[in-house]
Amino acid sequence: MANSTPLDDGPDWTFPLLQTYQDEIERVAKHYRLSTYPNQIEVITAEQMMDAYASIGMPIGYNHWTFGKKFIETEQTYKRGYMGLAYEIVINSDPCIAYLMEENSVTMQALVMAHACYGHNSFFKNNYLFKSWTDASSIIDYLLFAKNYVAKCEQKYGIDEVETCLDACHALMNHGVDRYKRPQKLSLDEELKKQEERAEYLQSQVNLLWRTLPEQKENKASTAHRFPREPQENILYFIEKNAPLLAPWQRELVRIVRKISQYFYPQKQTQVMNEGWACFWHYTILNHLYDEGKVTDKFMMEFLHNHTNVVSQPSYDSKFYSGINPYALGFNMFMDIKRICEAPTQEDKQWFPEIAGADWLETVHFAMENFKDESFILQYLSPKLMRDMKFFNIHDDQNNSYVEVSAIHNEAGYKEIRSKLSEQYNLSILESNIQITDADVDGDRSLTLCYTPQSDVPLANNHKDVLQHLNYLWKFDVKLVEESNSGSQKVLSQWPEPETKKAS
Amino acid sequence: MANFIDRRLNAKNKSTVNRQRFIRRYKNQIKQSVEGAINKRGVTDVNSGEDVSITKKDLSEPMFHRGKGGVRDQVHPGNDQFSPGDKIPRPQGGQGQGSGEGNASADGEGNDDFVFSISKDEYLNILFENLELPNLEKNQLDKLIEYKTVRNGYCAEGVPANIDIVKSLQGSIARRIAMTSSKRRELKSLKDELSKLDASPVAETQARKRLVKAIAELEAKIAKVPFIDSFDLRYRNYAKQAVPTSKAVMFCLMDVSGSMDQATKDIAKRFYILLYLFLTKTYKSIDVVYIRHHTQAKEVDEQEFFYSQETGGTIASSALELMKEIIEQRYSDSQWNIYGAQASDGDNWADDSPHCRQLLEQSLMPKCRYFSYIEITQRAHQTLWQQYELVQKSQPHFAMSHIKSAEDIYPVFRELFSKKSAQAA
Repeated sequence: MANSTPLDDGPDWTFPLLQTYQDEIERVAKHYRLSTYPNQIEVITAEQMMDAYASIGMPIGYNHWTFGKKFIETEQTYKRGYMGLAYEIVINSDPCIAYLMEENSVTMQALVMAHACYGHNSFFKNNYLFKSWTDASSIIDYLLFAKNYVAKCEQKYGIDEVETCLDACHALMNHGVDRYKRPQKLSLDEELKKQEERAEYLQSQVNLLWRTLPEQKENKASTAHRFPREPQENILYFIEKNAPLLAPWQRELVRIVRKISQYFYPQKQTQVMNEGWACFWHYTILNHLYDEGKVTDKFMMEFLHNHTNVVSQPSYDSKFYSGINPYALGFNMFMDIKRICEAPTQEDKQWFPEIAGADWLETVHFAMENFKDESFILQYLSPKLMRDMKFFNIHDDQNNSYVEVSAIHNEAGYKEIRSKLSEQYNLSILESNIQITDADVDGDRSLTLCYTPQSDVPLANNHKDVLQHLNYLWKFDVKLVEESNSGSQKVLSQWPEPETKKAS
Repeated sequence: MANFIDRRLNAKNKSTVNRQRFIRRYKNQIKQSVEGAINKRGVTDVNSGEDVSITKKDLSEPMFHRGKGGVRDQVHPGNDQFSPGDKIPRPQGGQGQGSGEGNASADGEGNDDFVFSISKDEYLNILFENLELPNLEKNQLDKLIEYKTVRNGYCAEGVPANIDIVKSLQGSIARRIAMTSSKRRELKSLKDELSKLDASPVAETQARKRLVKAIAELEAKIAKVPFIDSFDLRYRNYAKQAVPTSKAVMFCLMDVSGSMDQATKDIAKRFYILLYLFLTKTYKSIDVVYIRHHTQAKEVDEQEFFYSQETGGTIASSALELMKEIIEQRYSDSQWNIYGAQASDGDNWADDSPHCRQLLEQSLMPKCRYFSYIEITQRAHQTLWQQYELVQKSQPHFAMSHIKSAEDIYPVFRELFSKKSAQAA
């Protein structure tokens, strides 16, 4: 379509020009069947971007010193030039909010719009994890509720009290997620309506659990019941429902932190896919526009320059190397899937019989919708890509004085590399496996947590600090034990410490 | 389907509250850092903030995470030399080790400090926390000299320019409601009657006529109630409110005789800087008058005050005399808040010291808000100190202190201005 006149390539942007680009991008996105939430594109300054950074991407956050710390850190590194700011931040909400920085040239704005407003946005809307675990339409309302609730508590109970409680919750934030059970949808109205009801009800339940009336003794001896009946991995949930002495407002704070943690959980699980998907689409959409003659050569050069920076993967011995770049891995994998569909080699046909030669658009959509990082890699990482990225696996056993190269990108190593790389994105392996095994309801009310190490990896030694926080919430003794493979248990730490207890 | 919103004009400091929370939490550490830095500051960076450092360890937020050791696998890109089975000595440090992202932050327990800047206001607040200008409250009301016009409710009379439209119309509505409500009630009942009459099968022309007439009369009466009446008018009222003056003058008196060396002067200078900074917290504009003296006193500029060297004996009263003169000429105590700060090494001509005391007690102290004297010396006190001790006994807003070395300045300053209920009384 050489007859179409190219759009203005800036470098300065104006709102009408942004609108034109966005319309073009939207048209192309529709052509590729990207289904998205409506977009709300907000233009902000660098300082506002730092604000957004500090609140870990939540458009409305409750007040807490840790966000202040993050802001100061960001400001420092940015002002000293150690770090550039991201070009965009996008929020999984309906409408989907994307921030554009005013400093960007029009090319960058177009890149960001294609990346965030159509790439990430369609991912949020269609990936199964987001679909079933987060509710985009209510998150903004919920965050607002959380902010107001925290502010109300601060007025009522003092900043210090609230801060200590939130500190304690933050320490356990990673253990406030239901990994296997789908959470309830959030809704502001309901939340407000139910909140007081819940506070009352919870308190009554807790009281029931901890009532001091003596049980019939013979009964207790015979069943020797354990509480909780099954180990609980969601520590914050357990605390919210069962901690004996928490005030209702503290339970609500625990719940808020837990809900926010849950909201971000799918993002943690789909980093490679999400970024890869967004990069794949900004690349595809802008190239499509170029093929139509809608954008100029100059635009394309600037775009490609930025694009290659984003998806570059320094090799292991480069001084810029800091692990695998999720943008690079994700982008390459989606491009590779497209390649396998369009031009499969003999090898591809052998490895991916079901997608070799299939419709590429159908296939990438299917891949995006139904996987998370771990399974995505396991399913789609091709030998060709492993060769291109020259992957090798280092096996590190602390009993040896050396590390060993266990597999490289060759026929013998493909499967191992693929499964090891997949494990690297498996959150249930990355995050330490700690579960609540026992709350001594009939005795001294002490709480026991059990750490089950995987591949003999010990727990980092700051666990005592975390226990202190847990102790603040539980109010009685807490204990952390490690269960070895053989089933034997050893106490890692406990709080209050036994000596100090005697002394006091 | 996209909606563009320009947020650039929105408040940028969304994180201000969080920043304040952070500073609040680490106040003690920040304070230590600030107090350590105060002695390094020069008079020129009075307007700057300060870099503050806090050890990273204090800032950490603990979480359960995986530690070092165990059996790990890690896939890396860019193989250029390895074959399966290659054994490599375990690299020290982070690279090629650990579980990627999870570990990088976790091992960050270095001894690095977390350094950040605080603004001038934050700096001053922390520096002068719990300090106050003595006798501020007590003296404030009898030195009222400025008036400010402030809003003071509403009144029924005034000039047209001051009419408050909203208030007046509210009055109008209220009056109309008050004057017509009984008539309206009557009107309503009459109208009801009329409609009943109309509905009834029997035609009662007479009664109907009477009703219609009564209704018309009532409606006319209601219509006659004026929309607005001079009674409704309300005017904005203004009153004059006395405000304490926000002008202050600070007299810096210093002995520059031969016995004062540059080091001693530097100590004095730091004291003046602190005092100046402290006054900027309370007063909008501050004049500084520098008076140096040996046997004679002279008003000079800052440069000369601190850096020119003079020799000769010392007659401290000359400086006090000059201060008195300047106050009389330029800084009437009804319009200015007068602060005095004198620094000396304690040397004075023995016969002059009682004269100094007399001057202070009789002519200066009644006019000053506060007068502080610091003696910077390693030696024993001399007559000036002894005489000033007498002044201190009789004058509550006179303070004196002894400084031996630069480290004493800040503690002494805090001591002089700490919130003391006893002193203020």
